[in-house]
Amino acid sequence: MSFLDVKDLKIHFPTDDGLVKSVDGLSFSLERGKTLGIVGESGSGKSVTSLGVLGLHKGGRARLSGEIWLDGEELIGASAEHVRRLRGKKMAMIFQDPLSSMHPFYTVGHQIIEAYRIHNNVSKQVARKHAVDMLGRVGIPEPERRVDAYPHEFSGGMRQRAMIAMALSCDPELLIADEPTTALDVTVQAQILDLMRDLQREFNSALIIITHDLGVVAELSDDILVMYGGKCVEYGTTDDIFYRPEHPYTWGLLGSMPRLDREPTERLMPIKGSPPSLINVPSGCAFHPRCPYAEKTGGKDRTEVPALTETEGGHLVRCHLDRAERRDLWENEIKPALETP
Amino acid sequence: MRRKHALAGAATAALALVLSACGGGGGGTPSQPAQSAAGGAAQPAANVALTQVYNPSTKKGGTLKAAHSSDWDSLDPADTYYGYSFNFGRFYWRTLTMYKPGPGPEGNTVVPDLAEGLGQPSPDGKTWTYKLKSGLKFEDGTPITAKDVAYAVARSFDKKTFTHGPSYLNELLDWPKDFKGVYETPDVDYKSAVEATDDTTVVFHLKKPFASMDYVVQMPMTAPVPKDKDTGAKYKEKVVSSGPYKFETNEIGKRFTLVRNDQWDPATDPNRPALPDRIEVQLNVNADDLDNQLISGSVQLDIPGTGMQPAALGKVLPDPALKARTDNPTIPRLWYVSVIPDTKPLDNVNCRKAVMWAADRVANQTAYGGPVAGGEIATNVMPPPIVGQEKFDLYASPENKGDVAKAKEALAACGQPNGFTTNMSFRSDRPREKALAEAMQQALARVGIKLELKGFPASSYFSDYAGNVNYVKENGIGLATHGWGSDWPDGYGFMQAIVDSRTIRDAGNYNLSVKNPEVDKLIDQASAELDAAARAKLWVEVDKKVMEDASILPVVWAKSLLMRGQGVTNLAYNEGQSMYDYVLLGVQ
Amino acid sequence: MVTYIIRRLIGAFAMLIVISMVTFGIFFVVPQWAGATPEALASRYVGRAATPETVALVAERLGFNDPVVVQYGRFVKGLFAGAEYDYGAGVEQCPAPCFGYSFISGQPVWPDLVDRMPVTFSLAIGAAILWVVAGVSVGVLSALRRGSIFDRISMGTALAGVSLPIFFTGMISLVVFSYGLGWTPPGGAWTDFTVNPAQWAYNLLLPWITLAFLFAATYARLTRAGMLETMGEDYIRTARAKGLRENQVVTKHGLRAALTPILTLFGIDFGLLIGGAILTETTYTLPGLGQFAILAIRNQDLPQVMGVVLVAAGFVVVASLVVDLLYAVVDPRVRLS
Repeated sequence: MSFLDVKDLKIHFPTDDGLVKSVDGLSFSLERGKTLGIVGESGSGKSVTSLGVLGLHKGGRARLSGEIWLDGEELIGASAEHVRRLRGKKMAMIFQDPLSSMHPFYTVGHQIIEAYRIHNNVSKQVARKHAVDMLGRVGIPEPERRVDAYPHEFSGGMRQRAMIAMALSCDPELLIADEPTTALDVTVQAQILDLMRDLQREFNSALIIITHDLGVVAELSDDILVMYGGKCVEYGTTDDIFYRPEHPYTWGLLGSMPRLDREPTERLMPIKGSPPSLINVPSGCAFHPRCPYAEKTGGKDRTEVPALTETEGGHLVRCHLDRAERRDLWENEIKPALETP
Repeated sequence: MRRKHALAGAATAALALVLSACGGGGGGTPSQPAQSAAGGAAQPAANVALTQVYNPSTKKGGTLKAAHSSDWDSLDPADTYYGYSFNFGRFYWRTLTMYKPGPGPEGNTVVPDLAEGLGQPSPDGKTWTYKLKSGLKFEDGTPITAKDVAYAVARSFDKKTFTHGPSYLNELLDWPKDFKGVYETPDVDYKSAVEATDDTTVVFHLKKPFASMDYVVQMPMTAPVPKDKDTGAKYKEKVVSSGPYKFETNEIGKRFTLVRNDQWDPATDPNRPALPDRIEVQLNVNADDLDNQLISGSVQLDIPGTGMQPAALGKVLPDPALKARTDNPTIPRLWYVSVIPDTKPLDNVNCRKAVMWAADRVANQTAYGGPVAGGEIATNVMPPPIVGQEKFDLYASPENKGDVAKAKEALAACGQPNGFTTNMSFRSDRPREKALAEAMQQALARVGIKLELKGFPASSYFSDYAGNVNYVKENGIGLATHGWGSDWPDGYGFMQAIVDSRTIRDAGNYNLSVKNPEVDKLIDQASAELDAAARAKLWVEVDKKVMEDASILPVVWAKSLLMRGQGVTNLAYNEGQSMYDYVLLGVQ
Repeated sequence: MVTYIIRRLIGAFAMLIVISMVTFGIFFVVPQWAGATPEALASRYVGRAATPETVALVAERLGFNDPVVVQYGRFVKGLFAGAEYDYGAGVEQCPAPCFGYSFISGQPVWPDLVDRMPVTFSLAIGAAILWVVAGVSVGVLSALRRGSIFDRISMGTALAGVSLPIFFTGMISLVVFSYGLGWTPPGGAWTDFTVNPAQWAYNLLLPWITLAFLFAATYARLTRAGMLETMGEDYIRTARAKGLRENQVVTKHGLRAALTPILTLFGIDFGLLIGGAILTETTYTLPGLGQFAILAIRNQDLPQVMGVVLVAAGFVVVASLVVDLLYAVVDPRVRLS
């Protein structure tokens, strides 16, 4: 069993308009020291997944099922109090918008100290010293002074560094970063990603990076999971996803990826249409209304939900198209188009 | 006149209850025959305190808890002009005469207080002499002399310092021309007006003959004030007592307490039993809460003595146990409508008579709160409690609902057969006056007289509007509703201020409509008449003249609904005070 | 910061001047439009049926014969330099701040105001503690259990609390608890704190609860709305992700932010209240500034009206300044300049 094992995770929200299946049967696993990228558009269920792992949907109106095994412990059946004790200590999270995710009325230091003292019975002085250390480790200059600053007094990048310092303050074994760089400038993005890689090595933690941008996870991830409409549509190693992608949605994501050798606004293969409603998920393959190759399935696209099937060596794909046809499309149509400068 | 607090308003619900619960009551006499005056056993029943002393007692001791829904105008005897103040003040002051304490018509008569006997008039009625008793002392033990009384009268002259007090003595007495008051002109001798000819003799010199002097000197201007303790406008903070109680504490506008004055000699004072050891007065108490406290017993005396608020009436009247604790006297107060001859076509007496005939007296009475809370239908000016009053009716109509045919005849005689239009003023912050104006509007419409109703604020009603001669003329006010209460229960006390045309000035008038030289002549005759019976007859003549003149439309002779406090003994309604006789009260 | 406070105080002072001029204007200029003479004004302050001579004397004594500007100047001079009062038998010094003497009772206004402040302050402080504690806790619980029976009952009660006037709830409470059950003292009960603290609290219990009921309702509704909003904020999610206990998430992170707008409201409410809780003091006959105000207005007693208006306005101004300063302490994003 892996360090983190998620099996058939379902997170459904009953609403007045119907049942929202935010996450619908998701499975993946992750070892210590490894990084998993979960990629998808907004509304694909990737953020809900991460909150589900942390148990932050418990007690609300969400219905959770499936299993989450963290270091040999099952979390969905565990008590809320037990999961709370693990949160921040064994598993921690970095959020997308560090400005809104930090309390505006408390200093950065106060918030790190608070995080540390929840799980460590130490004096405020000790915790404060730890907070200063952490700020220094995430690359904040003059941490002794900055520890007493308020979030709004930091720049965007500094805030995200502080956020990371807060998440890492208790030495978590599982770190989930939800769009950690989205709110940041491109140059700062790279710094933050470098920082996260360095820290992961240092702490040997398992890391899940959630993003809509394949580019973010390209260098960091060992594995990548592509989500669409609450389901996994492709799951494999980073090499699988970048060099042998088999799902038309993954192709679309690759086409949308900003690359340094292109104009940033240029999109070679944009994905037409918008993400599906999670209440009225399209019948059959949820991607079919946007799939350029839907007519090649002989009508199965609208009637059957494609199964997640293994093609080779742990590479999983959920698509009605023939494997051969997919390979053919990739090699002859998509890849050449992507490589054309 | 002594000011009375008008009832703040009439809740319709309360009115309905009043009407249903008390259809039969009314009249100045109690509806139930009183028990024999000697009958001491306190049987709580409505109106018993009108004719007998309720719960008679001679037991001394205890604390009387009293409360007032607003502020005292002033505790200074020279500076106060409320009925309750004249009544209550007798706890700490004594005057030359006072109303005979106790129930029944005798309460309208005056008896000596500081004086040995009533005043001795000179044959021409212009000089009145009072002899003081011996053994009178102030609270500090110094004897009370005639000089202290004369000084008190003289100091009350200063209206710049004592703005609230009545000015009867300013006008009646023959003050020196250069006298501006004891503070401004301390060296001017005022003996041409009032003098102490020796330690026990006070002599008043009047400008013209005046018969009702004994009533005037029962007012607190004759309460003695020691000159060396007089602090002018600040005297009210520390009044030196001449009565059975003196001030222990006095927080102006909040509360004060009275305790026994050990220098007061009961042998000199047959009128005051002085039963409680202590009297506590709280001021500015919420009026509705005061009623509730009176009902529950945490307050034993409602000082203003003008009756309960509409909210409490709705609670008290339907409850037999509570109603048994009430008294419902007719008081010397008339609510009426001035029919103003300055406004055309009311300059014609027939048009004024048309108003008299057309008015629906029952509707008017209902507007005022009905027979219990409002009053008795008034057919002439003088109310029943006035000594010598005669009830007569020049405009009688079937069931008192007005006589349309006679009204139309009068209109024809006036040359306005189809009626006319005029304005009627009322005090907009008094719901009863508004209701009355509406009732008048409806009743007069029956004969073609259209009324435009004009409401004005009570505080400036007389100074700026209905009592302002120019305003009335320029704005064509034909009818104006208001009321009048008596300072003392004789014809002069009630009538003079509202029917003597010579009192009319530019603004601040209470006589808005009576301008008849014959009336003025009768008033002079009556004022000078020293024979009481003949005098009373003359005042009835005045009343008749005014009614013939049709310049006053009487509405109701007011009644108040008083509640006897719990645990109060020796309680009786006094007609002279037109409220309970406060100096008699004791506590169980 | 210091310059900010000084600037605000200067502004407040200017506002008080304007308020005093407006009050003065309403009192004198409006009746003049209606054609009132000095004598007509003076006739409000004499006994009934006063002779024209009396009225003229009173007009002169109260200074109504002077132009309004001169009268205003005299008032302002009294405020800063004191004044003299002729009480007939002598002259009294009225030291600054001299708000003058009542037109009716001749009593100096300022000592009366000072004397009444503890009453109103006692009433306000006790009620404020009650309503903040009750309103905020009910609001928080309602927000956390949104849609529950508790939420519905408490919000229904809050609606009633907002809609029922004090003179109604106050009178009912007196009839039931004081005169019916005898648990609380009758209207008009007041003991100074320094004389007997227990009696002080006992006497004020009913007014506190009645007044607090009215305000607690508003605060409960506001807290509930604020909590619903803040509990959906990202930083609440962060706090939970740190593993913070839920009660601490609610109080330390949720409530702290939700209370900021309530602080503003509280400052203004409290400032208004210590300037005179008019309805409560009238209903329960408490000798405070509110009762003073209502009597002054009813009697058209200008010096008293001016005094109480300026004192009340002063309290509101100070309260809003304190709120602004507190705001900067509570919310570090606010910088005063």
